[in-house]
Amino acid sequence: MLEAGFIIKSLIILALFGLTLLIATYSTYAERKVAAFLQDRLGPNRAGPWGLLQPIADAGKMFFKEDFIPSQASKWLFIAGPCLSMLTALMATAVVPFGDSVKYTTGPNQILTVPVQPIDVNIGVLYIFGVVSLGVYGLMIGGWASNNKFSLLGAIRAASQNISYEIPMGLSMIAILMMTGSLSMGEIVSQQHGGNWNIFYQPLGFIIFITCAFAECNRTPFDLPECETELIGGYHTEYSSMKLGFYLFSEYINMFVSSAVISNLFFGGYNYPFMDSVHQFLTNNLGAIAGHNVATLIGTVVLFGKIFFFIFFFMWVRWTLPRFRYDQLMNLGWKGLIPLAMLNIVLTGGAILFLKPLITALLK
Amino acid sequence: MLSDFGVIFLFIITAIAFIAVALTIARLVRPHRPNVEKLTTYESGEDPLGNANVQFNGRFYVIALIFVLFEVELVFLFPWATVFGQASLIAQTDGLWGWFALAEMAIFVGILALGLVYAWAKGYLDWVRPQPKLPAVKSSVPADLYGKVNKKYAQKTKSV
Repeated sequence: MLEAGFIIKSLIILALFGLTLLIATYSTYAERKVAAFLQDRLGPNRAGPWGLLQPIADAGKMFFKEDFIPSQASKWLFIAGPCLSMLTALMATAVVPFGDSVKYTTGPNQILTVPVQPIDVNIGVLYIFGVVSLGVYGLMIGGWASNNKFSLLGAIRAASQNISYEIPMGLSMIAILMMTGSLSMGEIVSQQHGGNWNIFYQPLGFIIFITCAFAECNRTPFDLPECETELIGGYHTEYSSMKLGFYLFSEYINMFVSSAVISNLFFGGYNYPFMDSVHQFLTNNLGAIAGHNVATLIGTVVLFGKIFFFIFFFMWVRWTLPRFRYDQLMNLGWKGLIPLAMLNIVLTGGAILFLKPLITALLK
Repeated sequence: MLSDFGVIFLFIITAIAFIAVALTIARLVRPHRPNVEKLTTYESGEDPLGNANVQFNGRFYVIALIFVLFEVELVFLFPWATVFGQASLIAQTDGLWGWFALAEMAIFVGILALGLVYAWAKGYLDWVRPQPKLPAVKSSVPADLYGKVNKKYAQKTKSV
């Protein structure tokens, strides 16, 4: 006999997997449509109305293509690379909150409150940071196992770039943690109630974070690991069929996850201005439970609006900025972002200790 | 009821199952007709030369070493950041706790920043920049003639 909690969690996990894969699939479509829009073209418009079935057709193609494993490659590592990449990408969504909470009655006077979040571990931020760092193994193993010069160079570049940008990313996260005093994602989001978003306190941290998010996702202007003009396909030169699909897919899942993390850490997640009056209005009109659930739904929709904006922003930047040269990329990471992020921590600490008591004293 | 990390374990299992199912379905439906040409390593259409385990820039190794230092620093900073702003601790010590914690961390980060400055000053963070190479061509036209033409047109565009 299975427990009810186990079943609910399993359902949430399955729903989240479906959602992640759906969004990743349609991100490929959105990428091509956005590219077409920015370049004044039409984009995919043959498969289905407005080309909406194009990602399904692409996924189908991935299944039916022949898969080569080069005779010089190390077979098992060659398979393990994309699988690891996909696994780490899928794991990261586990602690991201997607809404406030859902209430339902299980009996007379028994109301259960379930947060719209797969799991709220008390070290959520650290978990995401760790899983994102693991992502580099997928690229490194795949690129090395291919036994191809282009792949190897792409993989080394990917590894070096990811580790370089992880440090400023972590440092900008620390500035946020100093304000919130908690590592739990749910806690960080609920502290930004209403319009009290972290972006207003951490503008510098946000700029550092989003730059690093671009680098961690290997997106233009930081797509040196796979820049096609220099390295053909970079670390996935030798890949075909579903394994290539995993690499491409994990990139889009990473994009979705980073958009979700950015929205949650800096833009208040499911919080929006005047949410209390909306909540009040709904509970008055629909009853306590239904009203609360509808308010949660609105919060989730708002969160997804933010996430989709950031996914669009990723694509927008791709077609706006040219690619960095490798020395520029490393200089920006080590000589620009890391000192800036350290400065940000010191400034945040000083502001918390000096400005906060001052402002509270003035307001009194 | 599952523990917090039990759910994450469930997550990992689901992810592995998804990957396994996708790979198995792809294996069942795709054609499999390998030949020697298909299985060679791709090298822009040429026959591959030698092994791919070539020498690469030693800078990558230095970057990895410095990274390890900073990553460990980060791991130490995470727990520090959560207790730094704790209202109860600050209230107990009349606000002294916050300054003490900040100073402590400033010393810790400062020592590591010194390491970064050292690596920076030693030039370990500098990458080889591409140097444009002028092609040496044997031509009957003397080289300074080109210079003259360039100068002339540069002046012309300036006056316009």
